[in-house]
Amino acid sequence: MLDTISGFFAEYGQILGQGTVDTLIMTVVSTILAYVIGLPLGVLLVITQPHGIWPHKWLNRALGWIINVGRSLPFIILMLAIMDFTKLLVGTKVGIRGAVVPLVVSAAPFIARLVETSLSEVDAGVVEAAQSMGASTFQIVWKVYLPEARPSLTLGGSISIITILAYTAIAGCVGAGGLGDLAIRYGYQRKVPSMMLATVVLIVIFVQIIQSVFSWLSKAIDKRLK
Amino acid sequence: MAQPIIEIRHLTKTFGTGDTAVTALEDINLEVRAGEIFGIIGLSGAGKSTLVRCMNLLERPTSGSVVVDGQELTALTEAQLRKARRSITMIFQGFHLLMQRTVLHNVCFPMELSGVPKARQRQRALELLELVGLADKAEAYPAQLSGGQKQRVAIARALATDPKVLLCDEATSALDPNTTASILELLKDLNRKLGVTVVVITHQMSVIEEICSRVAILDGGVIAEQGEVEDIFSNPRTEIGRQLVYPSCVRIAQLPASRVIRLAFNGGSSYEPLIASLAIDCGVKVNILGADTRNMDGRAFGTMLLGLPQDPGEAAKALEYIRCQPNITVEEVEHHA
Repeated sequence: MLDTISGFFAEYGQILGQGTVDTLIMTVVSTILAYVIGLPLGVLLVITQPHGIWPHKWLNRALGWIINVGRSLPFIILMLAIMDFTKLLVGTKVGIRGAVVPLVVSAAPFIARLVETSLSEVDAGVVEAAQSMGASTFQIVWKVYLPEARPSLTLGGSISIITILAYTAIAGCVGAGGLGDLAIRYGYQRKVPSMMLATVVLIVIFVQIIQSVFSWLSKAIDKRLK
Repeated sequence: MAQPIIEIRHLTKTFGTGDTAVTALEDINLEVRAGEIFGIIGLSGAGKSTLVRCMNLLERPTSGSVVVDGQELTALTEAQLRKARRSITMIFQGFHLLMQRTVLHNVCFPMELSGVPKARQRQRALELLELVGLADKAEAYPAQLSGGQKQRVAIARALATDPKVLLCDEATSALDPNTTASILELLKDLNRKLGVTVVVITHQMSVIEEICSRVAILDGGVIAEQGEVEDIFSNPRTEIGRQLVYPSCVRIAQLPASRVIRLAFNGGSSYEPLIASLAIDCGVKVNILGADTRNMDGRAFGTMLLGLPQDPGEAAKALEYIRCQPNITVEEVEHHA
């Protein structure tokens, strides 16, 4: 048994390590970039509502429509559909760089909805109080909505990261590298069951760690619970 | 007569348009004088909250004018209005504190908005917390405070920009009677010390009675009557006024006595048997015509209507006796039996 395991690591250890690193890089970079786009979109969705602090009916509808389109496409189809755009943007359709573009395009609308949900939980009365003190729209977003929603945004963060982690595995289908790629090429195509097992175990461990850390963090920063 | 600090003229507010339009306020005219505590009372749905929100333009009136401290609010640009709001601050029934900030940073918040330097913010916030009696809670979070303490923080926060007017939207409605009394006491105190004009919105007559000098009664979006609190209390002219002033279920026109007085219990000891003492000490028998009193922690709150004896001497004696009691206010009720 031990021989089998050490034999497996001797043969595949290095590519498994590389796959893990690739997956983590893709996940982290895509999550950050997806938040750069998704967070402002989510904020706009909330404040442009008819009873929001910056009501713009048509902007709100247009945003909602675009986000719904983005969310309705399954990741694998979106990834293939925008390949030319990906090439144009980062110069390649494959590898980590090629995967990050569709990952971001797919996750940003998803994140926008998560952010919208988190911000909607902020007590409307607190927002009104800030308005009554003469806060500007930007000040309300920056000093009321985002800080007050921090615990909920943090929980949303774990959902986003785990979703993107799952997407990286799909991106493995088209040469993105990472654990998904190993599972497909070695575990499935070359019939190495221990490789399939190793990738599955690693991904499960990552998801557990991410969820635990973010759940803990969300509670730790929430001052309502003390 | 003091200068009006809030002047509302022909204010109308309609929600929605066309067939579904609802008129929340109709042709409201009122003046709040600088330095007074003005009450607006009405049943729920009367338009009180909408009216108070028209005073800082959280609600924009459909028509009419709102002049606060010499500025016509409806004519201001967004930026000017934001600046004007620093001198017309507000506290709420639900406190509306920032739950993720400490008490100190909640009080700093309005100063942060207007760009006061950090060190000055902190110093001023600590002074204000001292003023509302919560200096020791500066580093606590709102979730750790009681309702009364939260409202004190909200008051400190509302005072941070040195406002001329403090609007109180049902500020004591979520609090128990003892805490209500202490918050009202604080508001009265701040009004006296700082000269800040206070506008109180409430559905509780006891609140008006406790701190207001003048009152407007709002009913169905119009002002039913307004004037000095004592006048309205002793002689409410409208049905809604009578409903609010007298205990429930009393129809004043049908009262069987010729002279009727109204007592208000403002939190004095409920262990004092007033009516019995009156009979024993003065030998005067009065008739309880209606009462709506509550005993909270040994303190009496509420109102009572008493019919005085026919004999003028006895009636005067009874009146004199009751007037000497602490924590009870008395008014004669005009009615025509």
